[in-house]
Amino acid sequence: MSYIIVENLVKHFRIAKRKPGLLGAFKGVVHRKFKIIKALDEISFSIEPGELVGFIGPNGAGKSTTVKILAGILIPNSGRCVVMGRIPWKERVANVRNIGVVFGQRTQLWWDLPVIESFELLKEIYRIPNTVYKNNTEELITLLNLMEILNTPVRQLSLGQRMRCDLVASLLHSPSLLFLDEPTIGLDAVSKLAVRDFIERMNKEQGTTIILATHDMDDIETLCKRIILINHGKILHDGPLEKLRVAMSDERQLIVDMIMENYEIDDPDAKVVRRNGHRVYLRFNPNKVSTAELIKRITERHPIRDLFVENPPIEEIIAKVYLEQDKL
Amino acid sequence: MLNSIKLYFRFLEISLRGQMQYRASFIMQIIGQFFMTFIEFVAIWSLFQRFGSIKGWTLVEVAFFYGLVNVSFALSEVLSRGFDTFAGMVKSGDFDRLLLRPRSTVLQIAGKEFHMRRFGRVLQGAIILVWASIVLNINWTVDKIILVLFSILAGICIFFGLIVLQATLSFWTIESLEIMNTLTYGGAETSHYPLNIYRKWFRRFFTYIIPIAFVNYFPVLVIIGKPDPLGTPSWLGWISPIVGFVFLVVTFRIWNIGVRHYKSTGS
Repeated sequence: MSYIIVENLVKHFRIAKRKPGLLGAFKGVVHRKFKIIKALDEISFSIEPGELVGFIGPNGAGKSTTVKILAGILIPNSGRCVVMGRIPWKERVANVRNIGVVFGQRTQLWWDLPVIESFELLKEIYRIPNTVYKNNTEELITLLNLMEILNTPVRQLSLGQRMRCDLVASLLHSPSLLFLDEPTIGLDAVSKLAVRDFIERMNKEQGTTIILATHDMDDIETLCKRIILINHGKILHDGPLEKLRVAMSDERQLIVDMIMENYEIDDPDAKVVRRNGHRVYLRFNPNKVSTAELIKRITERHPIRDLFVENPPIEEIIAKVYLEQDKL
Repeated sequence: MLNSIKLYFRFLEISLRGQMQYRASFIMQIIGQFFMTFIEFVAIWSLFQRFGSIKGWTLVEVAFFYGLVNVSFALSEVLSRGFDTFAGMVKSGDFDRLLLRPRSTVLQIAGKEFHMRRFGRVLQGAIILVWASIVLNINWTVDKIILVLFSILAGICIFFGLIVLQATLSFWTIESLEIMNTLTYGGAETSHYPLNIYRKWFRRFFTYIIPIAFVNYFPVLVIIGKPDPLGTPSWLGWISPIVGFVFLVVTFRIWNIGVRHYKSTGS
């Protein structure tokens, strides 16, 4: 049986409509109008043990709502949801014992306590046995290099340090399922890499099943074999990133560095999309003209210094998917 | 259970350590609370100076009611601060985090803050209670001591329960929680005086809806050895505090219904 089963999950939110102005505020007290927002509109997916799945979607798409239902914080209006054999909101306590959650925007550590004391308090809260706690802290602290900041109060940590501590905090009780909600938000490049590397290791070495909700496409590209793309409460894509790319765009991008500036390239199979000094960006369809053929033609006809082929940026593909859905 | 109590005390220790960081302000606030509530009692005292007695009750008798309810109410405030500020937790979405931990929400919220400042009021209530019992020359037998402690505990339960109810409301609305203050503060103020001085509907409200009479009026009559002017039998006072514990259990049930309605915040 799958680790996580989600079937036709629906979640509505009722939001009070407010009229502007003081009079509107008064009216709102007496007679309130509500607007129903479909945060999740019959979504279904399942996740196997050991998977690392990326959840992507714009703000308000339904990512967090899904994660919150899986964690037992929210109760759906209808549909089925089973996490490790349990219905999360019916057995909240048993369910959360096996899951770890990191919210990038919010810490789970105690603001005024030194890092190590927060860990010790979590040990009490999760009733972690001494040996497990000792092994986990030793391993995680070394892995994320937290030795020097263990006695620093959380409020004095930098964002990158805090995020590393939060990752440790969410893993102290050896959860088999980990939810990461924007774990790299606001981090500098070095911290981002450290966090990414760590996520990958936890997944590969410990076999932790990870759901990664993020806006950071680099996170997705480096970490996730499978992505679930959500918008307006519906799943638009579930599968490998590559498949999405193929499905949405058969275009490739050829970037050419010319010897001269503002040089014109003219080719029937390639279209110039952008130009930047010596650099020219061309789009072509590999089904119409093979990459080798096109490169050959262009190098023969034009004085070029360098060239390379790449897939269109993932942001663009996703933006395209969103746009198509909005049109429907 | 034992483990939960241990965790609760760990939480309290952390909260206290936080408050102790500003020791001077902390002590000043306790003293401030003490005098503030003392002025409240001076008002009652001056009332009796003017009228002598109210419906046959002397100042000292009223002081016993007053002291007892203040000890309960202030202790409940010391313990329930987390629930008192709970609306903020819903607004900020911090309640999510508590739900992600394998512990009861009640334990985690109650452990969030230990409102030490309110000890000023506890102290003031206790002093008045002791003074009244000396002047009234109460014959403190073991059963009466047990009854008074029992009533204080049950009183804490009722006020704590009212604050839990107030917190529960914030699952539905973040605004208009002020109405609950009329029940908590209003209830405490009402019980400063014996129940029989009030009108019938008012007495009924604080007996059957918010059962403060059971933890204050009825047991105090037994302790100071006065028959109820309203005619209830005296055995009622011996068992009535149990209502306080029942009330708390009911409010926790309602709390759990509220948790199921929790909507969380956007992100």
